[in-house]
Amino acid sequence: MKDFASLFAALDETNKTNEKVRVLKEYFISVSDEDKIHTLALFTGRKPKRQINSSLVKLWAIEMANIPQWLFEESYQVVGDLGETIALLLPETTGRQDRSLGEWIAEINNLNTLTEEERKQWLQQSWSVMDQQERFVFNKILTGSFRVGVSQNLIIKALSEISGLEQSTLTHRIMGNWDPLTFSFYDLLQEKDASDDISRPYPFCLAYAIQETSDQSKTAEEMEEALGDPGNWQAEWKWDGIRAQAIHRDGNIFIWTRGEDLATGKFPELHPFLSALPEGTVLDGEAICFENGKPMPFNVLQTRIGRKNLTKKILAESPMAFIAYDCLEFAGDDIRSMPLRHRRQMLERLHEHSAFQDTFRLSPIVPFESWQQLYDLRLRARENQAEGFMLKKKDSVYQTGRKRGDWWKWKIDPLSVDAVMIYAQKGHGRRADLYTDYTFAVWDGDKLVAFAKAYSGLTDQEIKQVDNYVKRNTLEKFGPVRTVTPALVFEIGFEGINRSSRHKSGVALRFPRILRWRHDKKIEDADTIDTLRAML
Amino acid sequence: MANPLLQFNDKGIYCAAGDFYIDPWKPVDFAVITHAHSDHARGGHKHYLSHHLSRGVLKYRLGEIQLETAGYDEAIYRNGVRISFHPAGHIIGSAQVRVEHKGAVWVVSGDYKTEDDGISVPFEPVKCHTFISECTFGMPVYKWKPPQEVHDDINIWWKRNSEEGRATFIAGYSLGKAQRILQHLDQSIGKVFLHGVIANTHEALESDGIRLPPASRLTPDTNREEVRKGIIICPPSAIGSPWMRKVQPFSFGYCSGWMTLRGARRRMAADRGFVLSDHADWSGLIKAIDATQCECVCLTHGYTASFVRYLRERGYNAHEAHTYYGEEDEPAELVHETGQPADIFLTAESGGNNPDRVLKGEDIQAGDQTGRPAL
Ligand SMILES: [Zn+2]
Ligand SMILES: [Zn+2]
Repeated sequence: MKDFASLFAALDETNKTNEKVRVLKEYFISVSDEDKIHTLALFTGRKPKRQINSSLVKLWAIEMANIPQWLFEESYQVVGDLGETIALLLPETTGRQDRSLGEWIAEINNLNTLTEEERKQWLQQSWSVMDQQERFVFNKILTGSFRVGVSQNLIIKALSEISGLEQSTLTHRIMGNWDPLTFSFYDLLQEKDASDDISRPYPFCLAYAIQETSDQSKTAEEMEEALGDPGNWQAEWKWDGIRAQAIHRDGNIFIWTRGEDLATGKFPELHPFLSALPEGTVLDGEAICFENGKPMPFNVLQTRIGRKNLTKKILAESPMAFIAYDCLEFAGDDIRSMPLRHRRQMLERLHEHSAFQDTFRLSPIVPFESWQQLYDLRLRARENQAEGFMLKKKDSVYQTGRKRGDWWKWKIDPLSVDAVMIYAQKGHGRRADLYTDYTFAVWDGDKLVAFAKAYSGLTDQEIKQVDNYVKRNTLEKFGPVRTVTPALVFEIGFEGINRSSRHKSGVALRFPRILRWRHDKKIEDADTIDTLRAML
Repeated sequence: MANPLLQFNDKGIYCAAGDFYIDPWKPVDFAVITHAHSDHARGGHKHYLSHHLSRGVLKYRLGEIQLETAGYDEAIYRNGVRISFHPAGHIIGSAQVRVEHKGAVWVVSGDYKTEDDGISVPFEPVKCHTFISECTFGMPVYKWKPPQEVHDDINIWWKRNSEEGRATFIAGYSLGKAQRILQHLDQSIGKVFLHGVIANTHEALESDGIRLPPASRLTPDTNREEVRKGIIICPPSAIGSPWMRKVQPFSFGYCSGWMTLRGARRRMAADRGFVLSDHADWSGLIKAIDATQCECVCLTHGYTASFVRYLRERGYNAHEAHTYYGEEDEPAELVHETGQPADIFLTAESGGNNPDRVLKGEDIQAGDQTGRPAL
């Protein structure tokens, strides 16, 4: 645990990629294989099951820190992270511990055999022998909120350098459904084919965005210059669903969403088509709500995903389909290294033979002769319930992760309005001491009505200026929120807009973000609620 | 009921009986200054009264001002009101201001810390009826380690950099933190260099008779090899300057109480964050307030609302005061208001009596004297 805590601190302290890899290698070389695999599990989001809920952890920490509860809450507001707040508030350590990461995780996993009183004793006793950094990472593991600011690529790189295995091999092996209690570091290093874990998905290939701002979209000429002959490219609509991989192997089906969540149970409508596909098939595509042959707005899907139980009503209101656009495994063979045009043929063959074409759909190829033609078509993306185009090179292999060059997403201009900032709240994590989360309003008659919260989009420099403004122009404080004198105008972009009875403004935006700070505008120049309504 | 001895008005902390202000933020006739940091010592007043050891820096930062100085515990009278300075332990020359009139005793703390930094006269509690205290770090998450541990960490880090062929940059306020860092560096590791603004500040302190450990001003002619093995003390505004990038490879450390929080450390993107503050931590504040045996506390700087509530629960008559101190004191240092990295070779000439230049990025006041930001 000591090594793991200092690894975490060392990774936090450097921004240099090489340095991070060096630190990771040093760590992996020095700890036991058991700790190696636990570390890998934690760093790839495979957290141990939470055995004590956070409110009890909090309660017992408050008791041990001997401060009033409100002061704990306010400290939490300042720090922005529960595990860190507790680590900072507990009294000085009174001992030391030498248990390994694996031993601590085993203790955490055994907590379900203890009574509540025993858990409390165990927890306070554990805290009292740890230093601040140990307490911090321990709290993160315990509360199931462990996250690390190191990309999986760096971990893979470090492991690849100490094991001699290819990075792509390792990337694939650490995907899927493994558990550090049954999958050992030895297993990781053994040459085995994918069949040892039949659920294992492939790493998703990700696209780069064609960079545009709302007032400067790429012209057809610029596209020609950047991507060359349109004949080399395949265009598909960019669907507004959830990216997913559908797997049928050995009589079992699995559906993985991006971010590596196994979500088979969330999509019962997709099970029949998937089970009917030949064994040894893996498809890449989009899970999306579909009705009368047309995709439904994203918020229908979002509502459904948010529900714990899929009631009959929900199934009826948000029927699912799968829009397939790639085939990664065919007849049990990994075909990712074949050119896209061949993979597409195989996908079309599978589709042709499917008896479930209403739930198993093909992402149609949009024919185009020139970039100008595609440019014009893109303006009509919304009529097709799409967010723009995906452009894929016809001779490209299926890459691991985000590689520049072969896949591009070309979105339609974002919707946008000019709005006034009226509330500010401190950020979390990296920005816990700055006001970074803002609420924006537009005019409704002579009143400003809040319609969106956004935080991303400003430069660090701008954030500091806004933060300074907020501190100097606070009208009222409500807990962590400050009401500020309305004066600053920002252009807010968003992906979609829906009617909403829950919001005062009557509208709900999807993915609102700050496009830029309009220094040139006064609050009177901001848009009105009617502008938003017109976009519905 | 008689008027309170000190009142907060739109210009600062005012003593009507003696007709003077303490650390005013708008121009006044007579300003008593607790210490030379820019949020406490502003330009434009007719007369200044400060501790002897603030003279050099005040003149360096504010130019030719009409300044009278006094020692600790020395009584100065204005209209029959007794004024005296008492050690605040914040930076060299920092003082608490005690004001006494017709039996009422008030103390304005200015900024203070309770541990001995080895460079300024240590804090001494002063008994009073009303204590106007800062509470920059008035949250229980702020707990300082013994400073010697931090200085040891700094030396170990520097030594390792030097052995591995990396230059070492360490950033902190030019007034206060820089001297404190310098005082505790292990000079057997290598040479110590100073950014121009800090070298100027040191000259100003030395003009008041302060003796500081040896360190040389960094100039374009400084031997690069020595720089690589040495340590450069610089203000935060120098971080990211083109010259600094030329000294590749380097490691950059940042000293501040805000480095307690992981979020702040990550935002600074420093290689090392050292938790070293010239303000009192949570328990330091409580101890200091208790020691005054005061009946009433007014809080300025920082987490005033929470701290007031906590003190009230402990039985104090506590109030929040709205001032223009502090809020951007250290955090502003994290911030480079101008976005322009300062030239690390800032020389005495360009520093000189031009406060804009000298104060760039450090202890900075955004916008005009009313505290409105220049947006
Ligand atoms: Zn100060
Ligand atoms: Zn201050």
